[in-house]
Amino acid sequence: MTSGLLITKPGILTSVQDLGRVGYRQLGVPVSGALDRESLELANALVGNERAEAALEILYGGPTIKVVAETARVALAGGEGRIAILGGRSIPAWQSVTLESGETFEVMADRRASCCYLALAGGIAVPRFLGSAATYARAGIGGFEGRPLKAGDLLPLAFSRAPEREDLFLPAPPSLGREKTIAVVLGPQDRHFTDAALALFLESEFRVSPQADRMGMRLDGPRLFHRGGWDIVSDAIPEGAIQVPGSGQPILLLADHQTTGGYPKIATVISADLPVVGRRRPGDALRFRAVGIEAAEALARDARKSLDALSRSLKPVSQKASIDLDTLYEGNLISGVVSGRD
Amino acid sequence: MKVRFLSAGDCGLVVEFGERVDRAVSEEVLNLQASLAAAAIAGVTETLPTFRSLFVEYDPLVTGRRELEPAIGALLGRRPKARRMATLWRIPICYDGAFAPDLEEVARRVGLSPEEVARRHRTLPYHVYMIGFLPGFPYLGDLPAELALPRRADPRQKVAAGSVAIATTLTAIYTFESPGGWHIIGRTPVTLFDPSRSPPALLAPGDAVRFEAIDPALFAQIREKSEKGGYAIAGERVAL
Repeated sequence: MTSGLLITKPGILTSVQDLGRVGYRQLGVPVSGALDRESLELANALVGNERAEAALEILYGGPTIKVVAETARVALAGGEGRIAILGGRSIPAWQSVTLESGETFEVMADRRASCCYLALAGGIAVPRFLGSAATYARAGIGGFEGRPLKAGDLLPLAFSRAPEREDLFLPAPPSLGREKTIAVVLGPQDRHFTDAALALFLESEFRVSPQADRMGMRLDGPRLFHRGGWDIVSDAIPEGAIQVPGSGQPILLLADHQTTGGYPKIATVISADLPVVGRRRPGDALRFRAVGIEAAEALARDARKSLDALSRSLKPVSQKASIDLDTLYEGNLISGVVSGRD
Repeated sequence: MKVRFLSAGDCGLVVEFGERVDRAVSEEVLNLQASLAAAAIAGVTETLPTFRSLFVEYDPLVTGRRELEPAIGALLGRRPKARRMATLWRIPICYDGAFAPDLEEVARRVGLSPEEVARRHRTLPYHVYMIGFLPGFPYLGDLPAELALPRRADPRQKVAAGSVAIATTLTAIYTFESPGGWHIIGRTPVTLFDPSRSPPALLAPGDAVRFEAIDPALFAQIREKSEKGGYAIAGERVAL
């Protein structure tokens, strides 16, 4: 039998994702990949993978998984999520754990974020399609059989045994950025909107509507009116584009978005803020601020530096403080105590 | 032609040549794409041609808008030395019965017989303006002017893969089953997007397509071969 991870419960929508499929948009193939690339990279770093390795993207509810390998090392990235090992330990997010054959664990996702990432040491042994393992379910390409995981799937691992080494943790995990105002560059079709619509866009609070998936999220909020028509001759859609159809209700386009479209795009979320947007879930608030292109490019460089610094800051688990508050709370050894972090 | 640089975030810019579906605009877009590929500018990661513009994606860790705009500007005036070569694809299409649910209505609305609509639809080779909407989905034009109709008022929830449809000045082929609002006048048995093929999409922007009518019996034969992976369609290199 192939060694791998047996999916006993798939969760809401769990799929294989990486940093995306670059270079095929001119053939109509979306980039896909992780909604939150920052967390994917950090999850990979925690298990010793290259940052672009494929991992599991877990949307909303987490899966339950049984180890069908000699050992497997996994790490969860995403807020205050946990890996709950049946009949045993509970490992917080931002820490790797080495599991034995037959062990079963449940991913307890942080409910304040739409997504979290489970990386597997050595990566996932699925075929690359056009250079990427990212699942694009709409066309049935990439990932595990081109679809989200379901119960009974055996996800093949590259290693039947995790390399011997100590587990790692990230001492200062990034925040979910739930309060962060999202930076955008106006355009490409900002000229198609009235001045009032542009002002409303930048001054108002929007909410992620229930119509949100890997393609994009509809935003509830004030209607944004076009100057003249709203039906334009199709052009390209960059990731993070905010397009506004005739209804005036904006749609923020995410990883699986179509490559081209015929609605004016008022603005584009900067790359540094895409992970924050990707983590937002229906009901969450969104506010936007406009930045210039050169400022946005500088923010992209800063984001890269911060992420590289985080990846370098991993420490062996043995160096964690001798009293681990998380573990104490989880074990109900302390109750009714207000956490010092609140 | 007046060219505009539009912002598309910190990783992309749009070089816009026009705002209409226009063959001359499309040629400018495709010429710039070819020039950019030849120039191999560091940090340019991907280009995507559309009807009106070329989308240029770049890595802001390597380059930036301030360097790219003049570099692209320098390529704009250049005329290609030779005529552009393109691949001409002959795509079989069946205009019969269940494959063409909208053919009679289209015929009625344009005042022609269904046979005449089908004949005119395959008279001229089409230009592949762009691929979009679905993987491998080609936007082809221009349709003979007398066949131009607006999109359907009531889009279908399900359009079968392989459906050949028309709307406005264009015709297209649905590469996957999907919702769709165009008028379906036929179906091709050929698989236009196959993940196991390299490249997976049969057509590329700038290619040419000519439709050739087949009957349902031949459709079934080609379909069977296509599903088994044994049907190869040959493209022919032509100078434009």
